[in-house]
Amino acid sequence: MNKYAERLYNGTIKENPTFVMMLGMCPTLAVTTSATNGLGMGLASSAVLVLSNFLISLLRKVIPDKVRIPAFIVIVASFVTMIQLLIQGYLPSLNASLGIYIPLIVVNCIILGRAEAYAYKNTPLLSAFDGLGMGLGFTAALTILGACRELIGAGTIFDKAIPFLSNFEPMTIMIMAPGAFFMLAILTALQNKFKAPSATNTGSQKSSLACNGNCASCIGSECKENHMAIEKEKEEAEAAEKERKLKAAQEKAKMKQEGSEQ
Amino acid sequence: MKSMYHVSASPHIRSSVTTATIMRDVAIALIPASLLGVYQFGFNAFLVLVTSIVTCVLAEYLYKKLMKKPGLPYESSAIVTGLLLGMNLPSTVPLWIPIIGGVFAIIIVKELYGGLGQNFMNPALAARCFLLISFAGRMTAFGVSSFNEAQSSVTKNLYTFLNGAGSLDGISSATPLAQIKTMEAAASVADVVSLKDMFLGFTGGVIGETSILALLIGAAYLVFRKVISLRIPLIYIGSFVVFLLLFGGHGFDLYYIAAEVCGGGLILGAFFMATDYVTSPITKTGQVIFGVLLGLLTVLFRVFGNNAEGVSFAIIFCNLLVPLLDKYTVPVAFGKGGRKNGK
Repeated sequence: MNKYAERLYNGTIKENPTFVMMLGMCPTLAVTTSATNGLGMGLASSAVLVLSNFLISLLRKVIPDKVRIPAFIVIVASFVTMIQLLIQGYLPSLNASLGIYIPLIVVNCIILGRAEAYAYKNTPLLSAFDGLGMGLGFTAALTILGACRELIGAGTIFDKAIPFLSNFEPMTIMIMAPGAFFMLAILTALQNKFKAPSATNTGSQKSSLACNGNCASCIGSECKENHMAIEKEKEEAEAAEKERKLKAAQEKAKMKQEGSEQ
Repeated sequence: MKSMYHVSASPHIRSSVTTATIMRDVAIALIPASLLGVYQFGFNAFLVLVTSIVTCVLAEYLYKKLMKKPGLPYESSAIVTGLLLGMNLPSTVPLWIPIIGGVFAIIIVKELYGGLGQNFMNPALAARCFLLISFAGRMTAFGVSSFNEAQSSVTKNLYTFLNGAGSLDGISSATPLAQIKTMEAAASVADVVSLKDMFLGFTGGVIGETSILALLIGAAYLVFRKVISLRIPLIYIGSFVVFLLLFGGHGFDLYYIAAEVCGGGLILGAFFMATDYVTSPITKTGQVIFGVLLGLLTVLFRVFGNNAEGVSFAIIFCNLLVPLLDKYTVPVAFGKGGRKNGK
């Protein structure tokens, strides 16, 4: 896969910040009372993510290692302020419904996490794509969560009434705080049940390693096993390489022989 | 081989009490109050109770079957959960409400956390609060109007059958607690509510909470069978009275205190729900703290809250504190701690 497309796939599906990595829970739970709010919050965070990832990656050789976190925060906070002013100016109703959660994007752990884990170590364009992938994944998750909660809790989606649900009596609890936990749990459980491809959900044995290739869960005796597996693979690969070379040499010799014979 | 002595690990003397017998006793103890509820609120109340029980039993059966969990054949805890949930609903609710509540109680509150013994909240009460928040209007519609020739298409006998003895005079939508809460400051409590009616159960409210007499008969049966101890209920009600004297705002008005004790779900909650084995502390000290907290929270919710009733919220909140209470009140083992050898 193209490495830029791979970043997008990684952010949206494989390491989806909400359903797989469980990052940024505070805005996820708090603002997804409707699909519109979820979409707005997701897009605002995405914009900040792309821009901050890009800038941090550009500055990664300038920022001293010891003060990198404050430096990240300053960069993120500047972008959040810009986005907030834009939202206040052009989307006052969204600003009213998201409220304090827009400035709180500064401390969103997805953004700091991507800066620390990706942008600080990779090239600017790749980092921007990483931010875009993560942002889209976050937006999609928040919109789905908001839509489901709005549907059950208020009987509408994007403030549009659903025609064949006119007799449906909404369950108010779903657009209140507990509903966020219920819906998030249900969606995450469904994702695990249907084995959506993700970093934590490798259903079939894709790797010969005991930890299934997931370094985060590699511990203790598994680690030793993994090392043995890796060594074995290496040996096998080397042996195969040797054999191939030997064969090639033999064939060459044969060809030469045949050539000389003719 | 069969003639060999049967050798087993201790304990060698076993009690015949099992989860199933305890649950059966609780169900028996709830029967008087349910019967009075059905008498007072009619066939509709019966339907609500039956729907709730059937839903809970079916939900548990299907969940265990589909998830291939052990536990079938069945112990009767879902019946008790269903009965308690039904008793916590008004008789006027449409039947899909006990269905939603039953599924929520059994699957989300109980089975998802590991089944009976692992649930962190009383399933019936959690479901009631879930319904109360979701469908506030329907869950507080206690009123049953008396028979009206012009409006009703059914005969008077059928109407009374469906809506119970209470509908002969009509049941006001405001429960006694709500009446006390909304009465004018100058009025005396005795003018607003009748303590005798509240004690016998001829007032509005959810199906199972109205008759204090029937609930006390059931509670006496549970105490007699040693299913519950009186520690939690008595401390709960006692601390409720004390805090009500402090915060109630009616001074030392015994009629008010008695009406608050008999009103709402306090007796039902104190004897049947706060004593739930799974969601109450094991240690003595823990149970005392649990009871006092319940009393305090109930008073706070009733006096300062928006709703007239606060028992169910108080109990499920205290359920959450139980692991903490148990952790910090572990009794000192015999011979440990204390003064060392007369020093």
